[in-house]
Amino acid sequence: MTHYRSDERPIITNVSRRGMVKGVVATGGLILAAQFPAIRGALAYPTGASAMPHGVVSDPHVFVSIAPDGIVSIVAHRAEMGNGAARTSLPMIVADELEADWSKVRIVQSPGDEEKYGNQDTDGSRSIRHFIQPMRLCGASARHMLEQAAAKRWGVDISEVEAENHEVVHRGSGRKLGYGALAKDAAKLPTPPADKVKQKDEKAFRYMGKGNIGIVDLYDITTGGTTYGQDVKLPGLMFAVVARPPVVGGKVKSYDASATMKIPGVVKVTTIAPTSEPNKYAPLGGVAVIAKNTWAAIRGRKTLKIVWDDGPNKSYDSKTYKAMLQSHVRKPGKLERNRGDAMKALASAKKVITAEYYAPHLAHATMEPPAATARKSSSGIWEVWAPLQSPGNARGDIAKTLGVKPEQTVVHETLLGGGFGRKSKCDYALEAALLSKAMDGAPVKVVWTREDDIRHDFYHTVTVDRFEAGLDDNGKVVAWRHRSAAPTFMSNFVPDPKHPSAIELGMGWVDAPFNIPNIRMESGEAPSEVRIGWFRSVNNVMHGWSTQSFIAELADALGRDQKDFLLEMIGPARIVDPRKEVTTKFWDYGEPFETFPIDTARLRNVTELVAKRAGWGRKLPEGHALGIAAHRAFVSYVATVVEVAVDKDGTYTVPRVDTAFDCGFCVNPERVHSQTEGAAVMGLALARYGAITFKDGRVQQGNFDDFQITRIDESPLEVRTHIVEHGIDVHPSGVGEPCLPPFAPALCNAIFNATGKRIRDLPIGQQIKI
Amino acid sequence: SLRVNGEERTFDGDPTMPLMWYLRDDLGMTGTKFGCGVALCGACTVHLDGEAVRSCAVQMGDVGGKSVVTIEGLDPHGQHPVQVAWRNYGVPQCGYCQAGQIMQAAALLKKTPAPTDDEIKNAMSGNLCRCGCYQRIHAAIRSIAQGA
Repeated sequence: MTHYRSDERPIITNVSRRGMVKGVVATGGLILAAQFPAIRGALAYPTGASAMPHGVVSDPHVFVSIAPDGIVSIVAHRAEMGNGAARTSLPMIVADELEADWSKVRIVQSPGDEEKYGNQDTDGSRSIRHFIQPMRLCGASARHMLEQAAAKRWGVDISEVEAENHEVVHRGSGRKLGYGALAKDAAKLPTPPADKVKQKDEKAFRYMGKGNIGIVDLYDITTGGTTYGQDVKLPGLMFAVVARPPVVGGKVKSYDASATMKIPGVVKVTTIAPTSEPNKYAPLGGVAVIAKNTWAAIRGRKTLKIVWDDGPNKSYDSKTYKAMLQSHVRKPGKLERNRGDAMKALASAKKVITAEYYAPHLAHATMEPPAATARKSSSGIWEVWAPLQSPGNARGDIAKTLGVKPEQTVVHETLLGGGFGRKSKCDYALEAALLSKAMDGAPVKVVWTREDDIRHDFYHTVTVDRFEAGLDDNGKVVAWRHRSAAPTFMSNFVPDPKHPSAIELGMGWVDAPFNIPNIRMESGEAPSEVRIGWFRSVNNVMHGWSTQSFIAELADALGRDQKDFLLEMIGPARIVDPRKEVTTKFWDYGEPFETFPIDTARLRNVTELVAKRAGWGRKLPEGHALGIAAHRAFVSYVATVVEVAVDKDGTYTVPRVDTAFDCGFCVNPERVHSQTEGAAVMGLALARYGAITFKDGRVQQGNFDDFQITRIDESPLEVRTHIVEHGIDVHPSGVGEPCLPPFAPALCNAIFNATGKRIRDLPIGQQIKI
Repeated sequence: SLRVNGEERTFDGDPTMPLMWYLRDDLGMTGTKFGCGVALCGACTVHLDGEAVRSCAVQMGDVGGKSVVTIEGLDPHGQHPVQVAWRNYGVPQCGYCQAGQIMQAAALLKKTPAPTDDEIKNAMSGNLCRCGCYQRIHAAIRSIAQGA
């Protein structure tokens, strides 16, 4: 368990809350004013950030302001959904390079505005890996400007002065000037060119790599002072719930709201137009009840009499769909990766081992169900408050939905009560905008209930993976054929894509690093009949589970130790380059392959490290067993050992989890620990319970009784995280997502080792019950 | 009439309205969170006459003359031992469920100042956290229990 000092700074949230409601300009005493176009300084090594819309901005005139009292305000421009990256770790990087005293730092949440702040699309575990460089440069540039201002004031050369702990010191005379006293002069200086700015030596880091500060919202979270999307308050606010089509693509045939209008507090019943697929994140349509409080709206919705036209997806059925996916992986599919000649090698193999794995849809089930608030301000600007993973992108969608220019909208970013990919899609914000418009611009908050959330998600895809491994006389794997079928999230954007995109292929499938001479990967057709989204770690969840389970199956068939066999499959330390073997341009998490290659030395290392720290092979009580899995995702390397304890009746608990995590230079190790601890809880939830199923096009689950998530009394409570220590020269890589995929296969391998039962269908449910 | 965080309040609206929506929508006290609406997740936990209850499952018609304490009123300076322990252990991730977790833990410790590990798990098993902060929730409560 990581301990660090309690950090209670209530002022910080006052500033940020004000910023949240009014925008960045409301901080007061702004000294550094933004200049445009903002500086986009050259970066030391290339990342995928430059290929993201609007790239990165490193200009302190955009991100930093210093008040006369020395209080430094730093803009958080990405979405804070719980990993601490947006509102704590990125501003901490700026503060470190700025030599700022963290107790004098305040955080201001930016609105959605990518032209000003750079890319804000907070998913793909990208925040640190894309923004460590611009944020370091930003902080160092601001420090340089303060030093310039002090040198000028004293009439000395800049080489004689140095910023240190919130003041600039003249080395010769010992004179000092605080940041507050220098801010006005510094703000008048142009942003220095990047090559004139000296970034810190890592030995001088105050906060980076230390894990010595708490998340900035800690005090407010523990006192109820935070504002999430569900919590937005405005004068005259009205509350809405929407009856959405139970089948995606359905529409309202007719409705009767006469009983609804009699419910005290109900103000208006109106429709939201249906959408035809594919239409990005457009609302599903339906009938909205707007009321003076949420309860009246919920009561009103219950009394609506709606006749639905279910549309083209009314026969979507999880059982028949599973059978269809299975049939599609039992025949040749679209070639996705080829090395050597796997067909020939399979034909001549001494033995072929085959297995199929199935994992169903999942719902994100963020603890905060989606919600959004919209109004038209007195100046004619449309304002939206919402918990958005991509506030800049949402702004464009909101403007388009309202038929106005983006400049006529302001998108205020609230805290996110969990995201996990759900809040990358802004359908709820578009609903709020449309309903406010229907109320002539009056403020309306759309509240999603838990049932709305579970039944109208953008679901994690459903997948069948089929493996065939050919073994030679010496028990070596000489051929590997992996067929997969899963509906693609591209179905939100293009008509009927049927096969996975490069992004989905790259997540734990065609990037497989195994040392096998003949590899063939084929995708089977999979039409989308629901909205497919991306769930924390996306396709890695499935492919990590199936692949790491199958490797353990092979080890068992060969009578080999599972860890030793896994290392043999990874093979010797080398760079694996699938780019010439794939049929669709290889997607390496959007990164230049040279910056973040597939390095099996690092995958081997986490595997060996976790085995050692978990005591692989140690003597265990009866019914206990260990399982191991290793996976590269979001250009990080993670290996997990799960200890399972299975009772005689098949009830199982997870007494201990060990995870070795190589995410390059670790900016905030304290939050890497918390992410890994959480991944064990979420990993257990999806392995034990996770299933969204459809019948007649309708989701069969609705709340936490039938879509269960892990509770504390069944949670792993001993989770040990072993971070591979690197200096700043090893580029930071993803954290929030990559810690999730190895959990489920490590658990299933442990269950096999304890019970002899191989889990090939998720969730585990009652499969090992006796 | 009822008392909310020591303040006298009167309500003459829909008696079937859950306490949670009264707190959130009528009083604007949004520290109490909406998570499931049917007492399955504990995000809306408050104290009703000293007992931890799910405010989404308590109707306004049933709270007359009673005293409600929410996260905003747990301690005037946010220094309740549970709040302090939560900060010392860096418990929250997204933070959304934490008000409910804290109210539940505070009620547990009031009744059972030194709970066993199993008592902690039992008492907290109705409070869901999707981020998965349970290890630290457990450790934070245990730290108080051991200090008691």
